[in-house]
Amino acid sequence: MRFRIEQRPEPSAPMRIAAPLVAAVLTLAVGSIFFASLGHDPLLTLYAFFVEPLNSMNGLSEWLLKASPLILIACGLAVGFRANVWNIGAEGQFTMGAVAASGVGLFWPNPESALLLPLMFVAGMGAGMAWAAIPAFLRARMNTNEILVTLMMTYIATLFLSYLVHGPWRDPAGFNYPQTALLPAAAMFGSFDPAYRLNPSIFVTIVAVFLMWLFTDRSFLGYKMSVSGAAPLAARYAGFRESSAVWIGLLAGGAAAGVAGMAEAAGPLGQLSPQISPGYGFAAIIVAFIGRLNAFGIVLGGLLMSLLFLGGEGVQMTLGLPSALTRIFQGILLFFLLAADFFIFYRVRLVRPARDAHALDMAR
Amino acid sequence: MDLFIAIFTGTIIAATPLIFAALGELVVEKSGVLNLGIEGMMLMGAALAFWAVTAGYSMPVAILAGALAGAAASLLFGVLALTFLTNQYAAGLALAIFGSGVSAFLGRGFGSEPIEALRGVSIPVLSDLPLVGPLLFRFDPMVYLALLMFVAISWFLYRTKAGLVLRTIGESPQTSHAIGYPVIRIRYMAVLFGGAMAGLAGAYLSVAYTPLWVENMTAGKGWIALALVVFATWRPVRVLLGAWLFGGMTILQLQGQALGLEVPSELLSALPYLATIVVLVLISRNRQMLALHFPASLAKPFRPAN
Repeated sequence: MRFRIEQRPEPSAPMRIAAPLVAAVLTLAVGSIFFASLGHDPLLTLYAFFVEPLNSMNGLSEWLLKASPLILIACGLAVGFRANVWNIGAEGQFTMGAVAASGVGLFWPNPESALLLPLMFVAGMGAGMAWAAIPAFLRARMNTNEILVTLMMTYIATLFLSYLVHGPWRDPAGFNYPQTALLPAAAMFGSFDPAYRLNPSIFVTIVAVFLMWLFTDRSFLGYKMSVSGAAPLAARYAGFRESSAVWIGLLAGGAAAGVAGMAEAAGPLGQLSPQISPGYGFAAIIVAFIGRLNAFGIVLGGLLMSLLFLGGEGVQMTLGLPSALTRIFQGILLFFLLAADFFIFYRVRLVRPARDAHALDMAR
Repeated sequence: MDLFIAIFTGTIIAATPLIFAALGELVVEKSGVLNLGIEGMMLMGAALAFWAVTAGYSMPVAILAGALAGAAASLLFGVLALTFLTNQYAAGLALAIFGSGVSAFLGRGFGSEPIEALRGVSIPVLSDLPLVGPLLFRFDPMVYLALLMFVAISWFLYRTKAGLVLRTIGESPQTSHAIGYPVIRIRYMAVLFGGAMAGLAGAYLSVAYTPLWVENMTAGKGWIALALVVFATWRPVRVLLGAWLFGGMTILQLQGQALGLEVPSELLSALPYLATIVVLVLISRNRQMLALHFPASLAKPFRPAN
């Protein structure tokens, strides 16, 4: 008996829905084995990881608060990914967005201006786009690999942030911590409820999801982008230039990441510090894939990934497990998801060797 | 003179992890597979090798452990990319994230004390020669191993039949399959080899270069190694030259900090990343040169038609 892999005549619709669920279940299974091997009761740990965080109002607020930047960034990245434009540097664009927005918030002459928040929004978006425009220009004009350039730009952005908070922007009253002064009240998204941290910036994310859906599913330009990703030659033949896809894809990702950085600085953090991002820019890449580069899938992916972040923090506090677990879970989930996708396009058939089949006939 | 010796030897040492990682990736890419997970594999290698030293194993065993960890990590990528025909970009990124998580997890118990570093060799007579001795004959064994791997890989790729088969598979897996070569199996071997080399690169960082464990201590060297392969236009000699160039950049940056240049240290730290971008631009502008040695089937999944 042996296995044979056959291409399905058509991608399987049920598998397309089942694949993320299968991947999630397998991730949980591996997680249980992993926890058990560390000497923790797997069920209790999984409970602490995935259920406990959502048990309270505060938990729900934190859940949405963390899901919001992930979904926002992933929407922007997915626009590029659909066209095979690989912006891996959202982390850097996020950082630059936070830096520019905080700069406006800290140094605008009138710290009580009602325009402050909108200005910061524009600055964050602009900085994210500008940071993404560099790899876009290099890819479109010089044919330079955007994966490597966006990544290098991320390291540079992190160093730039570090320079600012250790140097010129450091808060003199900050007990020598590398951080800026707190942003003025007018530069902050006020929480819905003072007891929780969730703030109106989630509406930005909701709008972004809608815009992405419009662009990818309803606009001709979005359609051309997808064609350019799936069949570059056909797209070129139809008169759609690859460089347009590169520009649109990278700028969309940069804008979304920049806004997310702004919302993070003006929201829960309220200042710049070297720990501005817990890895949202990289996690959003996984979110985009889990969501199958589709707006509503990304919402679900973002909620799942944000739960991983929360659970990671939770088990760190309650069980003393390291926060690196979050990244491990992210990686495992993505591995399983990618592997499960295989079954959308292929099926595995058991093939009996001919002799067995013959023997079976004889027995009949 | 001492400064020259320090810069020269520093360059060679700083280039060593890049040589391992980039040569490994070169072999992988020559077989038509793109593994973006070098950073993750290097971190796994660094963590395992460091652990082995702290656990009291000998240096060669620790370095071997690093190589095996890198190979094991690359197997995850291989299963996804080769058996499950996954998008190779996504699979490589997953490995990069996973490797950084696992290594941070393993490394949580390591503490911050340095270990005793891999030491330089002392060759009778040669090491004691004036000038030439300190310049060429006092490195640790891994530096020589990296150069040996360069020779071995160049010879393998361009002077052996197996190397020719590997390159053919990278150009046209369909043709190779039709002639009867086991494309998937050979690609698996290339991926495992690349993983072991990345593991060696990581091991070098944690037991020789900076004999310390710090989370994410590769600091982008895995990605720079990927850039080096492009920079080298898939030719081993250029990998070697590129690694030395970047090694020199790293050392100048460190020397600059030591000499107290009036520039923010962050700017100096950013130099290798800036240099990577500049070099990529210079190389990529010349499309013909890239196309000449570019493995035609790079990053394209292959499934034998049955």
